[in-house]
Amino acid sequence: MSKSKPLLSSTLGKKLIMSLTGIFLCLFLVVHLIGNLQLFKDDAGYAFNTYAHFMTNFTPIKIVSILLYLTFVLHAVYALVITRKNKAARPIGYNQSSGNANSKWNSRNMGVLGTIILIFLVTHMQNFWWKYHNDQVPYVQYEKNLDTQEVTSQALSSDEFTNYLVTYKTAENGDAIEVIKSQDLYQQVEYAFENIGLVLLYVIAMAALSFHLIHGFQSAFQTLGFKHRRYIGTIRFLGIWVFGVIIPIAFAAIPVYIYLVR
Amino acid sequence: MSEQMNLTLKVWRQKNKNEKGRFVTYQAKEISEDMSFLEMLDVVNEENTKKGEDPIYFDHDCREGICGMCSLVINGRPHGPEYGTTTCQLHMRHFHDGQTIVIEPWRAAAFPVLKDLAVDRTAFERIQQAGGYININTGGVPDANEIPIPKRIADQAFESATCIGCGACVAACKNASAALFVSAKIAQFAHLPQGQTERYERAQAMVDQMDAEGFGSCTNTGACEAECPVGIKLDNIALMNKEYFTAKLFREEDIH
Repeated sequence: MSKSKPLLSSTLGKKLIMSLTGIFLCLFLVVHLIGNLQLFKDDAGYAFNTYAHFMTNFTPIKIVSILLYLTFVLHAVYALVITRKNKAARPIGYNQSSGNANSKWNSRNMGVLGTIILIFLVTHMQNFWWKYHNDQVPYVQYEKNLDTQEVTSQALSSDEFTNYLVTYKTAENGDAIEVIKSQDLYQQVEYAFENIGLVLLYVIAMAALSFHLIHGFQSAFQTLGFKHRRYIGTIRFLGIWVFGVIIPIAFAAIPVYIYLVR
Repeated sequence: MSEQMNLTLKVWRQKNKNEKGRFVTYQAKEISEDMSFLEMLDVVNEENTKKGEDPIYFDHDCREGICGMCSLVINGRPHGPEYGTTTCQLHMRHFHDGQTIVIEPWRAAAFPVLKDLAVDRTAFERIQQAGGYININTGGVPDANEIPIPKRIADQAFESATCIGCGACVAACKNASAALFVSAKIAQFAHLPQGQTERYERAQAMVDQMDAEGFGSCTNTGACEAECPVGIKLDNIALMNKEYFTAKLFREEDIH
């Protein structure tokens, strides 16, 4: 009697990791996009900045975000491990190959697309995540009239800002005013997207993401063994139209909109 | 009178497992469009033999598209440019006069080249031996239809069992993955009542052997399905994954 090899030592087990991390990253995209849509609001960043503060300070979300970073790393590391094994499975290649006759380009080049996304991610994190966490973004103060819901804003200098602070005061006419001192990530986003090169990088990266997900989303479910005529249509629709088209276009629209309109 | 054509062949020649191979150019003259691809190679080999040269070595047996012996990657496509056909059933009418045809063996670490275009496919046999069978007590012949099997299920099992084990899936896959072959062999038993006893042991044993042979992993490109001469479907791979993960995550059985 001999025992079967452990799950993660098998090619199938490694693909299971790719599949599960991939689906989790897809879920993250949905949440991230919903949050980022607030950048389209012309409210001097009131909604976006308070949201950004909440997302970086609410403990359950902080825990999930650590899980998210880990997921990214796992997805990339396993991709490397699997690719190395796959290359070893064919040491001598073909002189002639006509891959387009039997498969789609993006399905054969997930690693290339993934690398583009990784390069984008490093730039993206450096521009916003790093600067936000290391006090390198501008500051802003909002005064929101709680009776009329009117919001006014003014930039703060670094001397006037110590940390995120919500205070209340009463206006001369007796209205309650909420005063928020915050880091201005919204402004930082606008600064960053004045750069046409960065806007282009974002558009290219989202195109790569689109092709990555058109194959990846459906592939993840195939790997898990979810294939049934009852729901295969739904998975295909979500993979192609929601994750492959709508989500990348919506993300790419943010830098393009800011560059052209603001 | 059928049309005749002249072709230029670039063929992979390799003396044995250990020596380095290279492409050699041959002229195939006065080839009838009604010949099969293998018959065309026979004509070239006859010429080579007359000249006292070593004939091109390639695998073949039934030449009826059912034994799974013939192979050949023809202009970058396993079993040539037609879908759903084996090399022996590929006719020369799909080529044109003056065309250059590049002929290569299956390329995979698990399929070492034995000579020229013939590769060692015993890796598939070892995978089969690991679990691609059912154990039954021999004795009297059981009555036909003693075990009721719905037509739909029988059809599914039969579709999977159609696999002839030629290895075109491995040859077509960018990762040289054997997932389509192994999954078809697992699925044909997983569908049937006779296959239930060893169902989860089988999935684990055959996947273990597949990995041990050095095949790559499945990236779901679908190239195997497209190039399979008998139309084995990707659904089999989804089923194999489900069997394997179920075995690993929800079942007790280890393998024998």
